[in-house]
Amino acid sequence: MATVTTTPTDDRVATRSVTATVLGRPEVGALIGAIVVALLFIAVAPAFRSVSNIGTILYGSSTIGIMAVAVALLMIGGEFDLSAGVAVTTSGLTAALTTWYFSLNVWVGVLIALVVSLAIGAFNGWLLHITGLPSFLVTLGTFFVLQGVNLAVTRIVAGGVSSPSINDVAGFDSAQAVFASNFSIGPVNIEMTVVFWVILTIVGQLLLLRTRYGSWIFASGGDAPAARAVGVPVTATKIALFMGVGFCAWLLGMHLLFNFNNLQSGQGVGNEFIYIIAAVIGGCLLTGGYGSVVGASIGALIFGMTQLGITYAGWNPDWFKTFLGIMLILATLVNLYVKRKAEAR
Amino acid sequence: MSAIDDTRVDTERASDEPVLELDDIGKSYGNVHALRGVNISVRQGEVTCVLGDNGAGKSTLIKIIAGLHDYTEGTMKFNGEVRHFASPRVAQSIGIATVYQDLALAPLMSVWRNFFLANEIRKGMFLDVPRMKQICGEELTKMGIVIPDLDRPVGGLSGGQRQCVAIARAIYFGARVVILDEPTAALGVKQSGVVLKYIVAARDAGLGVIFITHNPHHAYLVGNHFVILKLGRVTLDAHRDELTLEQLTAEMAGGQELAELSHELRAAEPGKVVTPHDVTHGAVAAPDLQPHEIAGTDQI
Repeated sequence: MATVTTTPTDDRVATRSVTATVLGRPEVGALIGAIVVALLFIAVAPAFRSVSNIGTILYGSSTIGIMAVAVALLMIGGEFDLSAGVAVTTSGLTAALTTWYFSLNVWVGVLIALVVSLAIGAFNGWLLHITGLPSFLVTLGTFFVLQGVNLAVTRIVAGGVSSPSINDVAGFDSAQAVFASNFSIGPVNIEMTVVFWVILTIVGQLLLLRTRYGSWIFASGGDAPAARAVGVPVTATKIALFMGVGFCAWLLGMHLLFNFNNLQSGQGVGNEFIYIIAAVIGGCLLTGGYGSVVGASIGALIFGMTQLGITYAGWNPDWFKTFLGIMLILATLVNLYVKRKAEAR
Repeated sequence: MSAIDDTRVDTERASDEPVLELDDIGKSYGNVHALRGVNISVRQGEVTCVLGDNGAGKSTLIKIIAGLHDYTEGTMKFNGEVRHFASPRVAQSIGIATVYQDLALAPLMSVWRNFFLANEIRKGMFLDVPRMKQICGEELTKMGIVIPDLDRPVGGLSGGQRQCVAIARAIYFGARVVILDEPTAALGVKQSGVVLKYIVAARDAGLGVIFITHNPHHAYLVGNHFVILKLGRVTLDAHRDELTLEQLTAEMAGGQELAELSHELRAAEPGKVVTPHDVTHGAVAAPDLQPHEIAGTDQI
């Protein structure tokens, strides 16, 4: 007997239009913003049009983007990390100070710094879990602790406010080759951090959208009790996200150390907000559960372009932060508008 | 119903032995005894209805079975083995699926991601998205709900649709026992009917269904066994044969207590307290009272 099975359809729900689907992506706001900023500076700053400056813009973006990727994932998971900025400095200082003080091979110092950075992340996540406090408070605490430790320990160990020079220590050259080398593609000079940034963005986006851990991150940020109830290991996910921020802080810290062979112990304060802003411009919601890694990287690109664009346009660089503030609000509004448009039935 | 057919077991034999057995279970939060001496046997191919008013301990009971809380007294046996669940994941892995009142769906996540949350299908390292979408669509169609765009966030669905996503998910993954926490509470008549039909389908497929509700009509439509909780204790534990809907409703509504209350209220004779009268607004003059006539003033 041949039976024709018809699929019952609910005619109240129409298929969404392609435009709505495209606009529904979290990174659209950031992309529009990036195009606007690029056009603006191409119009007003002749130096901005030079191809060789692409490398400089990408470098500036990458030093923000490396962290923005991890911070965006953490924000999608529903948490903040205000210690992310100083954690970069902590990581660099740890490598420099342990290498110098214990006369170790540079690579040993680098590994110790990695362990310390991951431990800071794990500590943030663990403290969050056992205290049940908001991550804003927990990491604000870590922020001040690390800021103090950076200054105090550097003064005790090196007797000053900057890390001792380690460029004559065994392993420095190979470490510099890994963390702070550059190469050229045509007229464009590409720094190593740009490579790290691109790889992290791709890995982060794949992790978020194409692995089960991505679903766990979205669920942990969107509705943690619900996620826990169906069996998502929420605590482990969040601790892993904090450790991811630790890992990226290590990567950037190593670059800064080997690029300049010198770190100021007071460096990095305030950068945590830049990372958060890049993530927000990229479409991450402050409440968690929504966002995009690619978007955060585009947010970082907007920063890189603005930083250089203001200089190239001959404006006073004092206006940089003002410009950022305006852009943050505009980007958030665009995101909000785009999201409403896309979700409209 | 392929997923259900796959998990079909010999219900004749399986229903002899309870798959889940609570023996004298109790749970205390500090000095508060939320549950005391609860005995429930859940058999496969049966719907066990747990009824109770607000605060009767239904939620605590669910949380114990689902692995969110551990019990403090008694024993819980799953397949004849005493178990203490460390986490919902453990309970889930041995085949206890739960559909919560608040549904446990992340509102900003897409339908298919929610459906497969914590049970993602992978192809190598990565998610098998087309397959997950396909299965999710099929399972939801069985519930009579068609969502053309499974990428839509769950937050944009109606209450009934969300309920269906949550139940379809629990049944698709819960092989042995499924706990439904007030699945019909927030639904209209038609949607409730769909949910009840799905409960029957799950029962016929050999699952042990625990149906938590405060609606005796819904319970009696599908239940094989009824347990009423009151203030953390079991006040009724009866098979369908021993009970009519009227008895169940009466028990649920308070039974003995309700009779007493009705007797008490009759004694008060409400009709005598106030004499019915018509008052035309503004037509009644204010009474001319002497100070001593006002009640209470003589004691000042």
